[in-house]
Amino acid sequence: MRLERRTQSSLALLLAAPIIAIVIALALSGGLIALAGVNPLDAYAAMVKGAFGSRLSISETLTRTTPLILTGLAAAVAFRARLWNIGGEGQLYAGALVAAWLGHNMAARLPTPLAIILIMLAGMLAGALLLLGPVLLRLRLGVDEVVTTLILNFIVLLFVSMMIEGPLKDPLAFGWPQSVPVDSDVMLPKLLSRSRLHIGLIIAILAAFVIWIVQSRTVFGMETKAAGLNTKAASFAGIKLGRTLLGVACISGGMAGLAGAIEVTGLKGYVTLDLSPGYGYSGIVVAMLAALHPVGVVITALFVAIVFVGADAMSRALGVPSFIADVIVSISLLTMLVSLLFTTYRVRR
Amino acid sequence: MEALDIFATASLWSAVLRIATPLIFGTLGALICERAGVLNLGIEGIMTLGAMVAWMTVYQGGNLWIGLLVAALCGGLFGLLHALLTVPLGLSQHVTGLGITLFASSLTYYVYRLSLPVTSSPPTIEPFQPLAIPGLSDIPFFGEAFFTQTAPTYLALFTVLLTAYLLARTPLGLAIRMTGENPHAVEAQGLNPVRIRIGAIVAGSALMALGGAFLTTATFNSFFPTMVQGRGWVCIALVVFASWRPGKALLGALLFALFDAYQLRLQHVIESAIPYQLFLMVPYVLSIVALVVMSRRAKVPQALMAPYRKGER
Repeated sequence: MRLERRTQSSLALLLAAPIIAIVIALALSGGLIALAGVNPLDAYAAMVKGAFGSRLSISETLTRTTPLILTGLAAAVAFRARLWNIGGEGQLYAGALVAAWLGHNMAARLPTPLAIILIMLAGMLAGALLLLGPVLLRLRLGVDEVVTTLILNFIVLLFVSMMIEGPLKDPLAFGWPQSVPVDSDVMLPKLLSRSRLHIGLIIAILAAFVIWIVQSRTVFGMETKAAGLNTKAASFAGIKLGRTLLGVACISGGMAGLAGAIEVTGLKGYVTLDLSPGYGYSGIVVAMLAALHPVGVVITALFVAIVFVGADAMSRALGVPSFIADVIVSISLLTMLVSLLFTTYRVRR
Repeated sequence: MEALDIFATASLWSAVLRIATPLIFGTLGALICERAGVLNLGIEGIMTLGAMVAWMTVYQGGNLWIGLLVAALCGGLFGLLHALLTVPLGLSQHVTGLGITLFASSLTYYVYRLSLPVTSSPPTIEPFQPLAIPGLSDIPFFGEAFFTQTAPTYLALFTVLLTAYLLARTPLGLAIRMTGENPHAVEAQGLNPVRIRIGAIVAGSALMALGGAFLTTATFNSFFPTMVQGRGWVCIALVVFASWRPGKALLGALLFALFDAYQLRLQHVIESAIPYQLFLMVPYVLSIVALVVMSRRAKVPQALMAPYRKGER
């Protein structure tokens, strides 16, 4: 028995791949839910109800989708060019910290829309700059960016902790390590009244479409794809690999940084160390489930958000530990990798 | 106490070996996988899993050594999963490894939470006690610094020797190294590179789990989420620093642990203006520096991260 490359893979197969992967992941996780003494079907029903059952839960799910779209895009853009940016979590916090600092200090001096745009751009810049270091190290010295971006996550988190206990500490937070609050003028407008849903969702979806157009319609987009498929062939064709990767890094780090800026100005209003429950890492799963397609990312981010919001509600109702959400999501990543393989390969005896 | 006086305390050097132990296991594990040509980024999750499983075995009434054994077996099992996905199926080693880390750690937290109700302070076990080596432990200073460690630390040092001997001096070691350099040549010798890679990953992952298990059975006496704190990633960096050699891996782990132990003590000496987070950053910054300094002259296994498919180049 061996693997043989398919001559072409049909669209139906590509669309079926994530669905099959998710169904298998849910079935496997069902076994773990049964271990907790709960009927898996009841648990999944409770999850769907928890994610969609009411106006509030739908708005919560969509609120949770927003950062996942952006960190998903960060991973998808980078992985397409074989740039292994695993530092989404750190880049998110970098963007968040800059947004909190600007939002606290600058809001009163500028017209509101301008201030918001400036904060978003600054958040993107912070994320992008954080990724440029590892990319430059790879290009100049051949240092693997996986390890450097991973380790930077820990460094950034310590830096954030230092800032919110030091210069950016909120003196009114009763000693809690919490950053100064963003001025209420620069908080993003709500999308839905009496909910936490804000226009960050629109920004994230727009970003996905812009990236899709850049990837499929511009020379730069084609260059990134070529760089990812075959580095040698790409440089032979006259593509400047270094410049392309730096461009990719700016977009990828920028998206993760934007996720942080939007979480702060759209939702929390300040930075704490639990601002992100691992959005940077979940973004990798979101990107892989979407087979790195930017528009697909919007849909798979919604799926991951449903799992997380649904699992919280299900955990409260049925007592299954909410860590089951992380289990479902991580198994989906592994099953998706396998099912993606079978869209390009087939088994031959 | 002056900052330099710390180096003259036996407790510092004793702590160095203690802090280095999980890193030694983890780095050796990652090194064996990479010598066979496969990057194993599952390490962080496998260490987390090993930490919980060993602790849970002992908490349920098992012997400490049985705890380590169960941890190694579970680590090997996750290594097998990584191996099946990356070797016969040839999936991206980066993404699969991260997937294994996410899966192993989330499963760990899930099982831990399922087995024990939520409490304000985590339950504890009776951990490994320091084992004074007769004779040697009586030497002033050196005895306290190096010869009153817990048993797994001695095991880690022995594993370094064993791995170095195995890789450099045995036919199996040659086969593993050759698989990392040129799997086609292995095939031509009549050996099966797929099986060698799978075996190396399983063995390496078992060692990684031991590294995690040390944290809950010797360093601390309880398990709590995120306790591995990026040690796995540090190990991956140490492999590069060690240029894929077990002896240098030991040196790297010790050097790293020295900085870590030193910064912990330095925090107490200069309590004043410097935020403690800066001290905590030191180990992470160091591992990046180590990568940068060493990556130029590092002798990377030639077939590292290149999936092997029979008859396909």
